[in-house]
Amino acid sequence: MENILEVSNLNVSFKTHNGKIKAIRGVDFELHKGETFAIVGESGSGKSVTAKVIMGILSKNGNIDKGKVIYKGNDLTKLNKKELVKIRGKEISMIFQDPMTSLNPTLTIGYQILECLIEHQNFKKREAKLKVLELLELVGIDQPQKRYKQYPHQLSGGMRQRVVIAISLACNPKILIADEPTTALDVTIQSQIIELIKDLQIKIDLSIIFITHDLGIVANVADRIAVMYAGKIVEYGTTDEIFYDPKHPYTWGLLASVPDMDDRGQELYSINGTPPNLLYPPKGDAFAVRNEFALNIDLEEQPPFFKISDTHFAATWLLHDEAPKTEKPSSLQKRIQVMKGEEYNGKK
Amino acid sequence: MEKNDVILDVKNLKKHFKLGRKGVLKAVDKVSFKVYRGETFGLVGESGSGKTTVGRSIIRLYNPTDGEIIFENFKISGKMTHESENYLHTKMQMIFQDPMASLNPRKNVMDIIAQGLDIHKLYNTKKERAEKVYSMLEIVGLCKEHAHRYPHEFSGGQRQRIGIARALIMEPTFIIADEAISALDVSIQAQIVNLMKKIQKERNLTYIFIAHDLSMVKFISDRIGVMHAGRIVEMGNAEDIYLHPIHPYTKSLLSAIPHPNPIYEKIRKRTNYDKTGIDYDLGKWLEIEKDHFVLGTEDLLKKWA
Repeated sequence: MENILEVSNLNVSFKTHNGKIKAIRGVDFELHKGETFAIVGESGSGKSVTAKVIMGILSKNGNIDKGKVIYKGNDLTKLNKKELVKIRGKEISMIFQDPMTSLNPTLTIGYQILECLIEHQNFKKREAKLKVLELLELVGIDQPQKRYKQYPHQLSGGMRQRVVIAISLACNPKILIADEPTTALDVTIQSQIIELIKDLQIKIDLSIIFITHDLGIVANVADRIAVMYAGKIVEYGTTDEIFYDPKHPYTWGLLASVPDMDDRGQELYSINGTPPNLLYPPKGDAFAVRNEFALNIDLEEQPPFFKISDTHFAATWLLHDEAPKTEKPSSLQKRIQVMKGEEYNGKK
Repeated sequence: MEKNDVILDVKNLKKHFKLGRKGVLKAVDKVSFKVYRGETFGLVGESGSGKTTVGRSIIRLYNPTDGEIIFENFKISGKMTHESENYLHTKMQMIFQDPMASLNPRKNVMDIIAQGLDIHKLYNTKKERAEKVYSMLEIVGLCKEHAHRYPHEFSGGQRQRIGIARALIMEPTFIIADEAISALDVSIQAQIVNLMKKIQKERNLTYIFIAHDLSMVKFISDRIGVMHAGRIVEMGNAEDIYLHPIHPYTKSLLSAIPHPNPIYEKIRKRTNYDKTGIDYDLGKWLEIEKDHFVLGTEDLLKKWA
């Protein structure tokens, strides 16, 4: 499959009063053309920072220590501001979590979409307006003529996110980065927005990086998944591989801590403790202290990626030849069997 | 949980907000339900459905427009006696969504947790006050040393533990948790839910658990009320609501939840809720099966079945 974007050995740190926070510590992945690549992880795991590096919108105290982001033969981390502007929005665009904060409250939504058409694509004003109406219709906003003149506060949260999507698609980008695009929305609106994104992907041939912490959404949208923890990818594979054959203990914990109807009344599986402080990243595996399956070597040395299949890799010493055989927690095993076995028919 | 032991009885609760000169927003309208001692009652619905307003009206953060609320034989709606006010303020506590916004950043944890004790003068010596706070910290999985720190020094999960400790120190019998875990990460959510369940068992607490995350609600709740547009449209045991929803709104809400299962996600069909022809004012409480109620009319019910 053709790679449209490659991120290799990315290291990012932030300067703070207390010292350097190593937010990303060696991230590699590639985005295939036309796929949806999901990055899951908890807050602080570095998933949003990764997205910001790709977009070139890292905050001022952030620094790319090492690594490359290759798009069409160019390393995006080396480009200057002028060159970046050409790519940002036009080739790669991004939608954010809260649609209210990413829209300007003092401008009509029509103007906000118009703006980037005129800026990037040299549209004449009249043509641009027609294109805006077309875009509004594309993202499923009814009465585009009326909405064109309205301000963000006059729209509901779901509608606003549709407008944000319209803006991000205005310049026909090749890559869309969606950073928790539905977290601030209600479930019913959330599923509408996700359907819209999936729909658009087919219509205009987008490659999508989808960042979220919601495993339900991931199961719905993703072709491939990367699980991030403490600034590193700990496991990646196809959606089926991650959900039905996870290998990293952190992935086990994440999957098992989502409640299921069947375990009502029981204690929910939970990962003990909290993520490490990335001011002082641990020497060994960052997950070791929270990991009930940790080996001695986990505290000493960071695990490399072990290959499970051509598409499935996990960074845990448990996969080493000399490691004791470890099985995933029984509750998770049971759940996976149930998930694979019955299609939830009549169970819902 | 004993079915006969009603701890909270909400009858015909209304909370209307005035909008400008003429407009009235019926945030909560004609809501009635009972909560039994020791159970967890879940309230779900979209934002704006009125679930938070119900919670806040019960604990009197809002004055209800109309309706009657009985809490352990005390009438806590309308004008309250000094005695019932005191009782309400100690025995019913609330845990809020955003632990950062609900903790005073200028107070240390000791003072935050002990505030209820200070107001109701529930200790004799300074030492007794400290002891109470220390023991409470341990119950929620923090330690003594944390008492002299400030909220910003804690992670989100730890802050929510402080919020729980603050509620528990009054030795309440009833806790309203309003989106108490929504702001937390998945793995931390599981910790807090387990903690809440453990404390519930140990102290025979009753919870109202308000949330929009339906998968957590179904996990933690014994009974669930589904709210839409200020009304409870369906109420019943968690299993019944999830396995045999009747009301089309409940159905559409359930069909919208993404499941962490790729096979299921490929076949999941979302249904839209069409409110045409459904007038909540004409609806009556119909008991479909034991303890499973739907707001509707006989005609509509035939259509939904």
